[in-house]
Amino acid sequence: MTDPSPSISLRNLDIAYGGVRVVQGVTFDVARGESFALVGESGSGKSTVLKALCGLAPEWTGTMQVLGQPGLHRPNRAMARRCQMVFQDPYGSLHPRKTVDAVLSEPLAIHGIGDRDERVEQALVDVGLDRRFRFRYPHQMSGGQRQRVAIARALMLEPEVMLLDEPTSALDVSVQAEILNLLKRLRAERGLTYLLVTHNLPVVSFLCERMAVMNKGRIVEIAQATALHDGSFTDPYSLALYAASGGNR
Amino acid sequence: MEMRSWLLDDSPASRGQAAAGRAYRIGLDLMRNPLTVLGAAIIALLVLTAIFAPWIAPEAWDGQNLERRLLPPSAEHWMGTDQLGRDIFSRVIHGTRITLMIVALVAVISAPLGLLIGAVSGYFSGWTDRILMGVTDVFLSMPKLVLALAFAAALGPGIENAIIAIAITTWPAYARIARAETLTIRNAEFTDAARLLGASHTRVILRHVLPLCTSSMIIRVTLDMAGIILTAAGLGFLGLGAQPPAPEWGAMISGGRSFIFDQWWVSTMPGFAIITVSLGFCFLGDGLRDVLDPKSETKR
Amino acid sequence: MSLLSVENLNVSFPTPQGRVNVVENLSFELGQERLGIVGESGSGKSMTGRAILRLIRPPGRVDGRILLEGADLTGLGERQMRAIRGARISMIMQDPRYSLNPVMTVGRQIEEALWVHERLPRREMKARTRQMLEAVRINDPDRVARMYAHELSGGMGQRVMIAMMLIPRPRLLIADEPTSALDVSVQGDVLTLIDDLVRDTGMGLILISHDLPLVARYCDRILVMNSGRVVETCRASDLYNATHPYTRGLLAAVPKMHETRDWLPVMDRTT
Ligand SMILES: Nc1ncnc2c1ncn2[C@@H]1O[C@H](COP(=O)(O)OP(=O)(O)OP(=O)(O)O)[C@@H](O)[C@H]1O
Ligand SMILES: Nc1ncnc2c1ncn2[C@@H]1O[C@H](COP(=O)(O)OP(=O)(O)OP(=O)(O)O)[C@@H](O)[C@H]1O
Ligand SMILES: [Mg+2]
Ligand SMILES: [Mg+2]
Repeated sequence: MTDPSPSISLRNLDIAYGGVRVVQGVTFDVARGESFALVGESGSGKSTVLKALCGLAPEWTGTMQVLGQPGLHRPNRAMARRCQMVFQDPYGSLHPRKTVDAVLSEPLAIHGIGDRDERVEQALVDVGLDRRFRFRYPHQMSGGQRQRVAIARALMLEPEVMLLDEPTSALDVSVQAEILNLLKRLRAERGLTYLLVTHNLPVVSFLCERMAVMNKGRIVEIAQATALHDGSFTDPYSLALYAASGGNR
Repeated sequence: MEMRSWLLDDSPASRGQAAAGRAYRIGLDLMRNPLTVLGAAIIALLVLTAIFAPWIAPEAWDGQNLERRLLPPSAEHWMGTDQLGRDIFSRVIHGTRITLMIVALVAVISAPLGLLIGAVSGYFSGWTDRILMGVTDVFLSMPKLVLALAFAAALGPGIENAIIAIAITTWPAYARIARAETLTIRNAEFTDAARLLGASHTRVILRHVLPLCTSSMIIRVTLDMAGIILTAAGLGFLGLGAQPPAPEWGAMISGGRSFIFDQWWVSTMPGFAIITVSLGFCFLGDGLRDVLDPKSETKR
Repeated sequence: MSLLSVENLNVSFPTPQGRVNVVENLSFELGQERLGIVGESGSGKSMTGRAILRLIRPPGRVDGRILLEGADLTGLGERQMRAIRGARISMIMQDPRYSLNPVMTVGRQIEEALWVHERLPRREMKARTRQMLEAVRINDPDRVARMYAHELSGGMGQRVMIAMMLIPRPRLLIADEPTSALDVSVQGDVLTLIDDLVRDTGMGLILISHDLPLVARYCDRILVMNSGRVVETCRASDLYNATHPYTRGLLAAVPKMHETRDWLPVMDRTT
């Protein structure tokens, strides 16, 4: 980590949809190569923070920096190669009429990258999908298989920052284990930075160094992931979440 | 059998195979409905007749012979002859070319136009939407035939102008459908994902939104074909479409109307042709709707 | 008489090597109890649920007998099936937001689900909808009822779907990963709600999930599936003592709160 400036830096970020504020005063930094988790109540605005980071939630105020660049109000081509997102819902995030091959080739076509065949095959191998899935349509695959395609798509452009919105919540434990191992391996190999949204605290414990707990649109606590070992949280909501997840048992 | 399993392969080995397999499955579904098959057969017959018209028709379409005026249908003249002694069967056969041309040109002009306007309007919403849909609504608020008549009259008689007039009146309905479909697609996560990859709005519309609108568009256009043929015939009947002596079916009906009671075949025979082709498109359109219905389409 | 009985269920799809069964010879009986189906991704869990409701599209094919309260479902026509879906058997699909209508408000959709079942005056329908949304722990149900599917968060979408499926009070509920996008505390509440329905109305429940601890907690009996076949059936309380290597593999792959392993064990998927 020669570069000391953080990958993601948020100061007092407020985000609204159609004038209704759903996220308030979010402040945190994610260092280069760090893996940072965002956990919390359903509907508390976790996905919204990720969307704002890549320009899909344009109504934000405050300061936001991604890889040294000022924050975006709409997605942009240059940023696409450096920062990618995996969506929460593997059913909605794949075009119903495109084959896996078309989905994975598209980013290459947009950015004029060659060697498409090899790269697509390699991406399938990377996420542990058999070659015979290459020309299937989404409806011919199970939920977990689709999510792997979505992860492969995000990796096609070899980004530095990955925004992961519950990448494994639709997956069974054995595939979840594979994907978590994969994410860990990719991070080690390519020095990726992760901002991971999840509601599964054990996943945080496995993959992340630090975590922020969100509740009702605010961050209530930022803690080291090691706090999960002993439950040393201070905020009452964090403690309740920890207890409900089966901590201290 | 080998071909079949290649087409139905669930793990195709190439882009071509995947696309062919999808087309084959749609084809199979279509074949299950006898009316659809009938409709498809009629349309296929229409196309073949148009291509091979000079070889099928026993005579030229303008072969006048005043000595055999207004002969009733017989073994020699299957559909009889008209007031100028022309063989009606030959004229109906040649008329398929005109009908097919009208249908194809209208579809080629108005469907893409409507699709594009609707998709742009639905995708961007806001002011773009309000302006485009405002224009669309103005067109939609007037009865189609009256509008086509007005345009045809303004542009002057002639088959090209009739086609333009019909195209102008049909696109708004397509724009409405495309917009409605786009509204449901616009917020889907896959469009967000495409934009995140750096895709421009143009690319998202052309590559992601339009492909999902096309199936409902194909259905609608096919079902509208009957109406288009009738409108074209109506314009021809009123003297605003194809001009005599062109063997346009509507114009032919119009030519026979002064002796409809004594020489019924002059008007009736082209009328049959119009009805048959219109029905063909209706049957096919119905079948397509059952198979391509966008709701089942997403799961296909 | 059991609520649902499935005999020799097969679901197959054509491939170049002939038809391949993604569900094979599956048989089980379900009384007024909670049955869990677990198994890895692609093992055919969702296909089993869909097959019971006859939601498998060609070229997929379903064979076998499915009896609902003694009546055979396999022979029924599409129209009769439609009367059963929603009213007597409900299924919470794995793809919540995708299964919702994108251009109809959430409230309207729930009302419509109720309408199929019983005709009530408008006011009462609204009240019932509100009640149901509250029951699945949606804060501010009035606002959410006016929202469209894309405005919901992942977990809200799932809860709306659950509300929609529970409101007609079905005899049998098939829940496919119903709570995968919910945080633990909401998850607990939602499952308790389903649990109450099982107890109070005698509803049968098939809970499809990959979350082993969750299934162990909320079910009576568990089927473990692997590549379309049932490899093990056990009482929920015995899940942690399961003997089948496949089940043990699944258990080992669950990350722990005190995770210290560098890599999680994965299954050999060479087949
Ligand atoms: N497009 C939108 N328009 C209006 N409101 C929205 C929109 N998207 C999200 N919201 C609202 O913003 C709030 C936060 O949503 P968000 O998706 O960020 O939640 P989340 O923390 O990711 O929850 P979950 O864990 O359930 O996915 C919710 O109340 C939601 O209703
Ligand atoms: N239309 C289809 N054609 C061919 N194979 C299919 C089709 N639909 C599903 N399959 C295959 O059937 C198998 C079972 O799928 P199913 O959706 O039941 O898995 P699942 O157990 O629910 O997995 P997950 O936990 O990932 O949702 C998968 O391997 C899938 O690839
Ligand atoms: Mg979310
Ligand atoms: Mg499934």
